[in-house]
Formats: sequence, structure tokens, C-alpha cells
Amino acid sequence: MSKYSISAFIAGLIFSFGLLLSGMANPEKVLGFLDLFGAWDPSLALVMGGAIAVGLPLFTVAKKRATSVLGAPIQLPSKREIDRRLILGSLAFGIGWGLAGFCPGPGIVAAGALKSGAIVFALSMIAGMWIFYVLEKRKA
Amino acid sequence: MTIDWNAFTPFTALGGGVLIGLASAWLILMNGRIAGISGILGGLFDWTKGDRGWRLAFTLGLLAGPAIWGLFHALPSIEIHASTPMLIAAGLLVGVGTRYAAGCTSGHGVCGLSRLSPRSLAATLTFMGGGFATVYVIRHLLGA
Repeated sequence: MSKYSISAFIAGLIFSFGLLLSGMANPEKVLGFLDLFGAWDPSLALVMGGAIAVGLPLFTVAKKRATSVLGAPIQLPSKREIDRRLILGSLAFGIGWGLAGFCPGPGIVAAGALKSGAIVFALSMIAGMWIFYVLEKRKA
Repeated sequence: MTIDWNAFTPFTALGGGVLIGLASAWLILMNGRIAGISGILGGLFDWTKGDRGWRLAFTLGLLAGPAIWGLFHALPSIEIHASTPMLIAAGLLVGVGTRYAAGCTSGHGVCGLSRLSPRSLAATLTFMGGGFATVYVIRHLLGA
């Protein structure tokens, strides 16, 4: 295994712990946050707040570097446009998120916890990603 | 709107958020890559990229998290009430939608906002709005 894979595994593991600890891996908790007009659970706003509080200074460091600590180029998205694909894609994602309470990371983590509903969600999500891949490839 | 103070868990939410921020910062600073889960998963389909090793390793880390957590501590509850057809519809919408938008809660929400990207802010406001509206319709209009 390369040093990059070992490093990525560690990042994935810490990310997983973060999703479990925060409550993001629990769809009922997520839906409590998305239920803005019911009995609202504001907790998940603090998940994003905590993540950005740490991310802001460290991404500022990353933006100034050309190469990573392990020697790979730092690849930051260069796209700036706020276009139809971004808005319609995000809207479809938001509707799916509201239907089940799962976004991609928590879906994978809950599948790792062997929750059958999460495995159904994760496989459907991967099928959706595959559909996108096939459609984009046909266009090219 | 009423706040459900009984369900409010500020300390674990903040602590978990800090871990998510650290993991994202780790991946950009060590590997030079954005920790966007939908992008990492979606990239696994593209054989031409030749960078599947780290993508698979990151995904394995996500999947192994609950098992490794379980060695030391009881796993937090994961309650899924959605029916199977609902989970399939949700999965397809999330899969296709995040790929069209080139990011999800992690890529746009955490990494994008940490980079102060207006594009990611637009994406985040849109999917949050979509989520709020969907739960409003399901819980308060349809009463499900």
C-alpha cells in the first residue's frame, strides 16, 4: 500500500468517527435538523460550524502551498461558475437528503455499521453515480 | 419554529464537526485532495484517472469507522425510518444530484466553505433549502 493510501485511510477513519460522534450518521437526527418548521434540533449547524472553524485556517495554509506534505500537487477546484448543473444537481441532492436523512458520507458510514436500510441507500446512491458517469461518457 | 432542546447535543456536534474538519484538512495537506465524499466515490468509476488507490482507501476508512469505534465504545444509535422504496429514491437522487453539482455536504459544505468559495456557498444554500422544503412537505403537509 502506498503512503497516499495509508494517509487517505486515516483521513477516512477520522471522518467516519466525526460523523458518528456528531450524530450525522443517524438519519433521525439529520431529519430533526432539516425539520425547520417543526420541533427543530439545531445540533447539526454546530457540526458544520466546528468543521469550518478547523477547516478555514488549515485550508488557508493549503491554498498557499503547491505541493502536499507527501509530495503530491495540491488540487483545489478551479471552477467558479454558479450554473444550472450546480443548482439543479444540489436541489436534487437536497430533496434526496430530506427523503431519507442520508447524505453520501453518513450513508457509507451507516452501511459500514451494517444497517440494512443504509446498505440499500448506499447501493442506490452508487447506482445514481454510475448513471451520471454513463450519461456523461456518452456525451463526450 | 420551536427548538427541540431535549434533542440538542451541542458538545458532540461540535466535537464531531472538529474531527470532520481535521480529516478534511488532513486529506488536502497530506494528499493534496479535497475530501468530498461524492467526488471520491464517483471517481472510482473512472478507470482512466488511475488514482483509485487513495479513493478506495478513504472509502474503506469510512466503512471501517463503525467497527473500530465499536471495539472501544458502544456505537451511537442509527435510526432509519424510511421505507425501502423511499431509500432507493433518496439514494438515486443523492447519487445523481451530487455528481451533477460536483459536490455534497462535505465537498461543498465543509471544504468549499472553508475555501470561501461562492460556488460552494450557492450549492450549500440550495441543498439545505431542498432538504428543509422536502421535510416540510413530508412531515407537515403530508403528515407522514
